[in-house]
Amino acid sequence: MDIFIQQVVSGLATGGIYASLALALVMIYQATDVVSFCQGEMAMFSTYICWTMLNAGVSYWWAFLGTLAISFVGGIVIQRVIIRPVQHAPILTIVIVTLGLLVIFNSVAGWIWTYVQKPFPSPFPSKPFKAGNVVFGAHDLGAITVTLVVLLCIYVFFQFTPLGLAMRAAAHNPVSSRLVGIRVGWMLALGWGLAAVFGAVAGMMVAPNLTLEPNLMGGVQIYAFAAATLGGFTSPGGAVLGGFIVGVVENLVGTYVSFIGTELKFTVALAMIIVVLLVRPSGLFGTTIVKRV
Amino acid sequence: MSALLEVRDLEAFYGRTKALHGVSFSMTAGGITTILGANGAGKTTTLRAISRMVRTSGAIRFEGQALESRATEDVVRLGIAHAPEGRGTFVHLTVEENLKLGAWGRRQRGELAQDFERVFGYFPVLASRRRQAAGTLSGGEQQMLSVARALMLRPRLLLLDEPSLGLAPMVVREIFRILRAVNRDAGVSILLVEQNAALALDLADHVFLLETGRIVMDGPSEDLRKDDAIRRAYLGY
Repeated sequence: MDIFIQQVVSGLATGGIYASLALALVMIYQATDVVSFCQGEMAMFSTYICWTMLNAGVSYWWAFLGTLAISFVGGIVIQRVIIRPVQHAPILTIVIVTLGLLVIFNSVAGWIWTYVQKPFPSPFPSKPFKAGNVVFGAHDLGAITVTLVVLLCIYVFFQFTPLGLAMRAAAHNPVSSRLVGIRVGWMLALGWGLAAVFGAVAGMMVAPNLTLEPNLMGGVQIYAFAAATLGGFTSPGGAVLGGFIVGVVENLVGTYVSFIGTELKFTVALAMIIVVLLVRPSGLFGTTIVKRV
Repeated sequence: MSALLEVRDLEAFYGRTKALHGVSFSMTAGGITTILGANGAGKTTTLRAISRMVRTSGAIRFEGQALESRATEDVVRLGIAHAPEGRGTFVHLTVEENLKLGAWGRRQRGELAQDFERVFGYFPVLASRRRQAAGTLSGGEQQMLSVARALMLRPRLLLLDEPSLGLAPMVVREIFRILRAVNRDAGVSILLVEQNAALALDLADHVFLLETGRIVMDGPSEDLRKDDAIRRAYLGY
């Protein structure tokens, strides 16, 4: 029982990280109708920016906030400069552009920072936290908290601020949004900015577990895809819940199904994507979109 | 009187298809003008041209300012509200959120409470549906919401595209009664596109008749109401 609780908590911690990145995917999907393949690599790049600041002697939380700010601006710039010129192109074109960005970010990170693994610090104490016989990693608990705080902020932003309302409107109904005077193009750019922020949070929270290298987010991105697919690509709340579910299931299956262990854990995510697509293609909370072609 | 809206030699294109062939007209401030015509005559296209939602050539001036080079969202900011064909409701959002969005393009962002009070005065039924998702409203209520959302901009010109479409006659009469009140009380000029000619002629003081992308007749609506020949030929009643 103790092991079970421990595994669930550590699953929730990684699940929160998947949830952040899945939310980034869903935001881009809702705004542009496109699955973006470069969010993970953008997150990795953000994490390197944080690492560079930490190395320059900036204290952790300032570096954290600074990274979020830089990622936000970076996301907006990428949308305006690279995505916007192709936004009316066929969907495959945009997908290829995001795949190109994936390769570019990966290579540029390797070029600047090399492929040598770097330790990345956790802002939380390394001493584990004990409750009865159950031992929790302090970083796990911290990561859950950070993820939840970010999710809460974004919920408040979208539900209760005029700008959040305008962004929701622009994502759902761009034509009507223009007719009430919303600058839809900028709302899409803001969406990319926020998605970059979620990615940065995911990267900085996962890096202490994995050590920092240009392929940091490769695996996480697959899990995030599983999470977004499970929750439904059209539902932010579903993507978050999907992230937590994927994290916990991944951990429990690795612990209790002996032939899977740690080697085959990764396969679980891919299997989940396939099962969801077979059984319920719109995901748990997604809405089915019917398109005339 | 100086013109509120002036359109000269307007041509509109969907891809290579020309939908308007040199339409010219002007509107004075404070009036209600209606554009009548059969399906495909270019009524909706004319409104879409003013709101910059379709490629055009020719000149469009609103209060002396050229609209041709502006984006839709900037035309809205000049005080032109457009309640589009199909109502343009944000179905996922609540009635209140729809109305808030209506005020987005307005310079003075405050004083929302006052506007809510005003539109709820015109459309009491919306007040009781305030927190409901707009997609769950009836057709008539959604049409009211569409007009109410446009009014939240405090527009000087209101573009209305077929507000009677698919609604019960009683609901239509109610909406038209409110439109008259809006025009009279708030001095909002209205450019109305309608298939229901009898209703539109009743409300409007000026009328244009559009046929396959050209204006074929233009005059005070009273003249048209009286002229049996034209009425039968173009309006079918």
